[in-house]
Amino acid sequence: MTEQSFNTLIKCEITASTAKVNGQTILQRTDASEDWFSQLYHAIGMQYPKFFKMDRLCKAGILGAELLLKDFDYDRENVKADWGIILMNSASSLDNDRHFQETIATDNYYPSPAVFVYTLANIVTGEIAIRHKTGGESSFYVMPSFDEQLMNTLVNQAYMANPELTHIICGWVNVDGEEVDVRMKVVER
Amino acid sequence: MKTKHYIYQKGHHIVTPLAVGSEANFEAIATGHSPLRQYRQQWDIPEPFFAALFPVETFHETSLQQYTRFENIAIQAAEGAIQRAGIDASNPRVLFVISTTKGNVEALENEKAQPANQAYLWHSAQLITSHFGNHNTPIVVSNACISGCAAQITAFNMLQYSDLYDYVVVIGAEVLSRFIIAGFQSFKALSPERCKPFDKNRCGLNLGEAAAAIVYARCEDETQIPDQGIVMTAGAINNDANHISGPSRTGEGLKRSINKVTENFDTKQIAFINAHGTATLYNDDMESIALQRCGLQHIPVNSLKGYYGHTLGAAGVMEVILSSIALQKQMVIKSLGTEEPGTAQPLNVCMENTSAHGNAFLKLISGFGGSNAALLFTLKHASL
Repeated sequence: MTEQSFNTLIKCEITASTAKVNGQTILQRTDASEDWFSQLYHAIGMQYPKFFKMDRLCKAGILGAELLLKDFDYDRENVKADWGIILMNSASSLDNDRHFQETIATDNYYPSPAVFVYTLANIVTGEIAIRHKTGGESSFYVMPSFDEQLMNTLVNQAYMANPELTHIICGWVNVDGEEVDVRMKVVER
Repeated sequence: MKTKHYIYQKGHHIVTPLAVGSEANFEAIATGHSPLRQYRQQWDIPEPFFAALFPVETFHETSLQQYTRFENIAIQAAEGAIQRAGIDASNPRVLFVISTTKGNVEALENEKAQPANQAYLWHSAQLITSHFGNHNTPIVVSNACISGCAAQITAFNMLQYSDLYDYVVVIGAEVLSRFIIAGFQSFKALSPERCKPFDKNRCGLNLGEAAAAIVYARCEDETQIPDQGIVMTAGAINNDANHISGPSRTGEGLKRSINKVTENFDTKQIAFINAHGTATLYNDDMESIALQRCGLQHIPVNSLKGYYGHTLGAAGVMEVILSSIALQKQMVIKSLGTEEPGTAQPLNVCMENTSAHGNAFLKLISGFGGSNAALLFTLKHASL
């Protein structure tokens, strides 16, 4: 087994009711009538109107990345070729795919391009790349469950294959109906 | 310091609506054949569309009746590649990496009536690897249009930088459905006739079904690579960080990927470039800008989309196989559908089948999510 070639700088978790940074709870869902992702968005003082156009998978990923990077000291102005993203989940974009499927029913056929664009699992990596201007490696994998050892292997390999990479935003971002499971981290070579 | 391995293709296979087999597909396109045609009322989709769909006979094989269309063709492609590679796919030192964008998405039409998890990509992947008696958890790469190339990069990295596997079977497969066609139609991305990659009058893409598989192997000594073997020399992925569905105006991400894989490589050895060439206005312009910025605009470039359409998760794998055969035969396949090239930056679009000069080809691919990939392949000569 290859030796781990990176350090974890910060970690976060989001479930359907809790958001944590480095194991510390920063928000607990109290009001079930309000959308949890919007609640979290406001609670962390995020200002990114595009957020409200996104599907739930992208919202989960973009909130996870925000928890990791909102106080991070890095170049916010220019695209950083030395930053990469590697994410995985088990439901790919099925949560939004079911939504698109409803728009193409035989008796109510009205396919929406705004919904269709989110029917790809890796759009969440694209949204995070745009928000945080990361221009390096960007990969999305689909696995039955979160295999952290595989994740670390893939991150290690990305570092070996791409000598210019310094930071990688990585982890698990799964949204499937009621289930929300975000476990992300920023690692540094 | 770790040992550097050579990662090479040990066997491959293609199943398309045009032909079964890598060589058969190559011969078919080399003689100008294409399965693209118009479909009306297919899947009760109101608007007609131009595409390449598998005929029903493709799925008649009785031993594969329990599988969905997607799993069925993925297994057919993998079976052919594994057989040609002569490996035991059930060995724990064999990993499967599967590229697809939508897998069994058609299961969503009535998800509750389907077997559990049928729409889940990992589930399909496990059925596919179980068919070969392989117990490693397959890795599914779902990176939109670049998936097929991204899967080969994952395979390359697994063989080059870890000592977990001796062989990686890369499968790229996609079947179309009402879901995918309706989506692309809503995007106004489809051409009503055969697509025209890099043409000044190009007006959108065609979609196609296909499955392709490559068995990658590794060796430490160059002499172990078979004569005329195709070696994957490098691969890189970069994100434009610009737009989720529109290509970058500057081609920045693709440019960085190309520069990375051609670093320390004499680009005079590149016989041709097999571009993504979807025939959408913006993709083809973006590729022309990236190639111009890399100083590679003079190298013959082709797109195979005019033959098969855009086969999504299969594209990167299938097009690498067809380009590998072209390199072995030292020829460049013409870009079918292109009548009069016209891109933001001029390109040397291959308009007729011609002979190739060089021992390498470059594969380009870009897609939704802002991802771009470049792969470099070289041909092993007997003289080496």
